[in-house]
Amino acid sequence: MTRRLPARLIGLIVAAVALVAVLILSIGFGARFLSIGEVWAGLTDPASPYYRIVHDMRLPRTLLGLMVGMALGLAGAIMQALTRNPLADPGLLGINAGASAGVASAAVFLGVGTFYGYIWFALLGAAVVTALVYAVGGGRSATPARLALAGAALNATLYSYVSATLLSDSQAIEKVRFWTAGSLASADFATVVRLLPFIGAGLIVALAVARPLNALSLGDDAARALGARPAVIRTAVIVAVTLLCGGATAACGPIVFIGLLVPHLVRPFTGPDLRWMLPYTAVLAPVLLLGSDVLGRVLGSPGELQVGTVTAVLGGPLFIYLVRAAK
Amino acid sequence: MTTTTVEKPAGPIGARVGVRPRAVVVGAVAVVLTAALSVLTLGTGEFPIPAADVVRTLFGQGTPAQDFIVNELRLPRLITAILVGMSLAAGGAVFQSLVRNPLGSPDILGITNGASTAALTVVILGGSSTQLSLAAVAGGLGAAVLIQLVGGKHGLHGYRFILVGIGMAAVFTGISGYLLTRGVQMENARALLWLTGSLDGRDWQQAGPLLGVLAVALPVLLLACGPGLRILEMGDDAAAALGVPVKGLRTAALLTAALLVACAAAAAGPVAFVALIAPHLAKKLTRAPGPNLVPSLAMGALLLVGADWLAQHAGRPLPVGVVTGIVGGGYLVWLLTMERRAGRI
Repeated sequence: MTRRLPARLIGLIVAAVALVAVLILSIGFGARFLSIGEVWAGLTDPASPYYRIVHDMRLPRTLLGLMVGMALGLAGAIMQALTRNPLADPGLLGINAGASAGVASAAVFLGVGTFYGYIWFALLGAAVVTALVYAVGGGRSATPARLALAGAALNATLYSYVSATLLSDSQAIEKVRFWTAGSLASADFATVVRLLPFIGAGLIVALAVARPLNALSLGDDAARALGARPAVIRTAVIVAVTLLCGGATAACGPIVFIGLLVPHLVRPFTGPDLRWMLPYTAVLAPVLLLGSDVLGRVLGSPGELQVGTVTAVLGGPLFIYLVRAAK
Repeated sequence: MTTTTVEKPAGPIGARVGVRPRAVVVGAVAVVLTAALSVLTLGTGEFPIPAADVVRTLFGQGTPAQDFIVNELRLPRLITAILVGMSLAAGGAVFQSLVRNPLGSPDILGITNGASTAALTVVILGGSSTQLSLAAVAGGLGAAVLIQLVGGKHGLHGYRFILVGIGMAAVFTGISGYLLTRGVQMENARALLWLTGSLDGRDWQQAGPLLGVLAVALPVLLLACGPGLRILEMGDDAAAALGVPVKGLRTAALLTAALLVACAAAAAGPVAFVALIAPHLAKKLTRAPGPNLVPSLAMGALLLVGADWLAQHAGRPLPVGVVTGIVGGGYLVWLLTMERRAGRI
């Protein structure tokens, strides 16, 4: 144990360095490529010619990607731990689609058009689907395949509901079509600031349940013997997942596979201990999300590929690989 | 030494081959209901026509005005609805039988999504509706081949195949989302309408090709695959021991079913959940093993005609996919709960 500790710490530092590198890349990359020096000048020096580009466009987008990545990664990690299901992902289980359905209903029926209006409906949709998929998938007795099927079914239902609602209102189609693909493009500082409390609260709850969730992985009885309260932990996890996924989806639409892949990639290094897995996930998930975003900007130039598309196309084969590898 | 008594089986062992009275009743009731709903649909609209006149007009005895309204305007759409319902139901029945799971429908396994993504590409590129239909067929078949190649190595039972399908569906959905952001506003509305599934403006142009495909595919499924599929549900080994060519049968049934689903999508868009619900309802009602193809066909036609009637006459007109999506979603959640309680999933 003591011998593994430094290795894991060093790994975390390496991951953090990677995150910083991706952050700089995400700020630097765009129609006008900025070098590291120019990025720094743009960040700190109001007189720099890049100050406005960086502060008005690239920094909000990067910060949003950072928060959304963290949120989706952590949500996936704690869902996988709670359901003891390696295939749990907020996108695959339909939670992001639930948030989408909330936003689409708000946009079409209530004429809501701002992020601040969206987020409450997104949270409501995410909460309903989280509870539903957990209940329908069988709660504690859920098997990976059962949950994935329940999620796929809910996804299909919600998807047809979203397109049905949007069809009745062509202006709403315009408003949310970028949003339904999962994109960071519309980021601004106001969105980042408003999103912060939701994601922040979710993050704190998620990190706080790491220890009790570890205990819960031994089974309910053992967890109780260790002083944990299973019902409280489950509720806390569902609240955290709702806050994280609802917030992330309200800001940039449904993005799949981040919550599935990052915990998988991290687990070989950290082992199943959530006290290590969650920090690793929180650092590496934004690396994957922002990396996909930058990739989307490269591949799609002069326009861009939405990050949700990039993660789906990259993540799908990996998901299939995991399914095949799991015998 | 004790004497052992061998119990004689009380009845014939194994699946009864032949016609089950219950299945006949279910099929007949569904057909009668479909016919009744059809007459109702043909009679309602801007110019209401009494049911008796509708029937008379169908047999060529109506006034010229009634003949125009019923046979020229309303009948093609109704026929398309019936054919689409039948195709989806047949495809869904075969899929559910192949993967031995009531949720293993083409909507969830990515076949429909493949068809959608291909069709959407054509819409965004501004292609004609013929190109759109061809693309949908190619996309659905391509998705089926891909899933079979990637996930079907160890048979189609079990969860690997389903999970691979779910993964594929997610990838296709991601690509579709991207395509939707590429189009201009007009094309987007068209794309989204197509994605929901609608029978508006469908006529012989859609019904004709679909009828042709059904005429070829249904005999293949009913005569060549049906009995084998029923035995295959007992497991690959048992089926192989009974002389069923497992691999060949599976591939043939999978591709034929995917072709039917893709052609239905080409005609009316990916109408949600009919492929899932119709065979399942049929199976519940007939309580028979096997794919239950004939009752499923009747049930599919009934569902789609009913949904289209609701879509046209419940308040303002909606695309039929909205009705099946919402009704189907509720049914699905109920089904999931039931299946879990029964310990089948």
